[in-house]
Amino acid sequence: MSTFFGGLDNHLPALLVGVPLLFAFLMPLAERVHRRLTDILAVTGMGLTSLCGVLLAIRVFTTGAVGYAFGAASPDEMLPPDSGGVPVRILFTVDALGAFMVLIISVVGLATLVYSVTREDRHGEKATFYALFLLLTAGVSGMVATGDLFNLFVFLEISSLAGAALVAVRMDRGVAVEAALKYALLSATGGLLFLLGVALLYTQYGSLNIAFIARELRMTGLDTVAVALLAVPMAMKCGAVPMHFWMPDAYSRAPAGVTAFLVVSSQCAMYVLFRSLFTLFHRRLDLAMFGWFVIALGVLSMFIGVTMAIPQKDVKRLMAYHAISQSGYMLLGVGVGLAVLGKPELLDAYGRKAMAGGIFHIMNHALYKGLLFLTAGAVIYRTGQRDLNNLGGLGHQMGWTMLCFMAGALAIAGIPPFNGFASKFLLYESVFRFNPFLSIIAILVSVLTLASFMKVFHSMFMGPRLPRFAEVREAPLPMVVSMGVLAVLVILGGLFPTVVVEHIIEPAVVALLEQSEYIQTVMER
Amino acid sequence: MVFAFSLQSGSGVWHPLVWLAAFAVAAIIARVVLGFGRGSRKTGGDHVKPFLSGNEELDEERIHVRASNLYWGYLEAMKGYYRRLTALHTGNVADYLLWLFGVLAIMIVVGLAT
Amino acid sequence: MLLDLPFVAVGLIAVIGLGAMIAKKNLIKVILGLGLLEGAVNLFLVAVGYRQDGIAPIFTNAPEGVMVMPTVQALTLTAIVIGVATLALLLTMAMAIHRHYKTLNVERIVKLKG
Repeated sequence: MSTFFGGLDNHLPALLVGVPLLFAFLMPLAERVHRRLTDILAVTGMGLTSLCGVLLAIRVFTTGAVGYAFGAASPDEMLPPDSGGVPVRILFTVDALGAFMVLIISVVGLATLVYSVTREDRHGEKATFYALFLLLTAGVSGMVATGDLFNLFVFLEISSLAGAALVAVRMDRGVAVEAALKYALLSATGGLLFLLGVALLYTQYGSLNIAFIARELRMTGLDTVAVALLAVPMAMKCGAVPMHFWMPDAYSRAPAGVTAFLVVSSQCAMYVLFRSLFTLFHRRLDLAMFGWFVIALGVLSMFIGVTMAIPQKDVKRLMAYHAISQSGYMLLGVGVGLAVLGKPELLDAYGRKAMAGGIFHIMNHALYKGLLFLTAGAVIYRTGQRDLNNLGGLGHQMGWTMLCFMAGALAIAGIPPFNGFASKFLLYESVFRFNPFLSIIAILVSVLTLASFMKVFHSMFMGPRLPRFAEVREAPLPMVVSMGVLAVLVILGGLFPTVVVEHIIEPAVVALLEQSEYIQTVMER
Repeated sequence: MVFAFSLQSGSGVWHPLVWLAAFAVAAIIARVVLGFGRGSRKTGGDHVKPFLSGNEELDEERIHVRASNLYWGYLEAMKGYYRRLTALHTGNVADYLLWLFGVLAIMIVVGLAT
Repeated sequence: MLLDLPFVAVGLIAVIGLGAMIAKKNLIKVILGLGLLEGAVNLFLVAVGYRQDGIAPIFTNAPEGVMVMPTVQALTLTAIVIGVATLALLLTMAMAIHRHYKTLNVERIVKLKG
């Protein structure tokens, strides 16, 4: 593998960002040549990016963390020989958790781009759409691969702006623009607060590299302010209540493929949250307080997310509230791990399993939430209705969409044998041993989730054939294929969870808990 | 007992393949039991129409229960909770920002105090 | 005391920007508040790099003395460019909202709520 394509293998972290950027800038040119060329180039570009992502993930999971130095004679030179042991260049550091996120981005990104090929647009809009989509891919890939705080801020802003523009791309009489404005305003403010935290850390330690700051950290008062400034905007971006208000607006008004990818973008913000809490600050944090802060955010998100979802009438707004609720599960699991980080015996008893549950849930959520949004988008595409009160009886005509929806809905409710059950099983059992009350709330929220999706299933697919929808046919083939791929992954993840947990999730948990491996990748090579 | 591909959680075990095998067995038994029924069945005709005490069957649009009418009892019981919660979701972007700064301020103050 | 003046200015500008974002009703003024917050963070970045009696960080024909930090100046340039792009996008969205909603009052741009 190491001589694949004559050494291109060494440059995979850079290609992960460079390839989507190149294809994004080719889009307007391709549009002048021929309209079909944009579709072909977009799918090719996304396919190559996914290939780079999967190869990078395989390399990291088999041989350990990968570091990449930009601008050095060879990508392995993390520390310039005359710098006195300080990493000066911009470095990409991909450890097991980063590779896990890259894998999610690759799979869901390709599925949603293939889904979006069947949009009918006015002349010229599709090239813009693909360019923004590929820019968003470059932004989130850079966010999870980088090991430098300011570089992370730059990629964060790229993904925020591209995401906001994608939400507004179908103007929809101004309502989509209102949603995009809220998303852009909140993301820009969050990014600025994040930059302020980065600046506070820079003034004290003279470096922007995560590994270097992690090694040199003394927890001063300014550092405590910096933790809050780094953590709270990222919690807002992943939809933690009470800063979640933008998420239902933005997710319900974006095109369905874009929403599925915005879910991945939120998970990458959660990755940044965990990276700063675990790798950057580690045990020097006030673990009890920050652990319970993350747990409190998680419990609030779970409960308020699902209770706000039940009375909704717009199908995508309902699913967006469920996205908030499921983010709560991930925050709960990893928060339990953070709270017991300083006590090794509790960590081995249930801390690792709680974190494994939380991180496994990130992947499962990206898969089944993407699937659910894609099915909702297919129904809206064929019927033109987004209000649940006006839908009904589509199970007769859209059989494949109904099956994919069932897979997604049973997965999100945590019903065996789908993948949602596997991660929720890990979460329930380990959180119960930490605090039984939290686990009971989690189970109650699962029941309410199932109730809410029964409502959606009945309103959309059950019932007699309505004469209004007599000409509605099954969704177009690219949509069905992308939904089918995600549904198959949901089922496989549920039938063989140990394969995923052993080879992907456990290395990611170890990468989060062992700060030293991350530091060693940069400082001692 | 630990089968192949079973997920350990530290205090419990989940065997998805055993579940699948049990589901398959149950499905086979259900199919066999279904096969004991009467083979011949007339389709169509008056005896398959729903009987509503002699009333006319309504057309499809009016039969289908709409989404807002499901869970009426739950929503009625939690009316106070939902009134307050929906009032918080104003839709005003300045309120969204206020919540963000509020949580940030609480975090900084609590962090510096402890 | 004189050296702390930039940081006091940062605090003042940031507070005015935050206040504008939360309290003002016109959407353009909210976006201007974001611009003020950006200015405050950029000023903070540049002020952090200052060294007393420092010279410009250029090695060619450099006189004796300690140089001010060059990295923060690069960070500030990048942040200014990002700020320009953000403001351009936000103002375009404000224009589109005005065209469709006929208002720029934040309290009336609430079609998405609840």
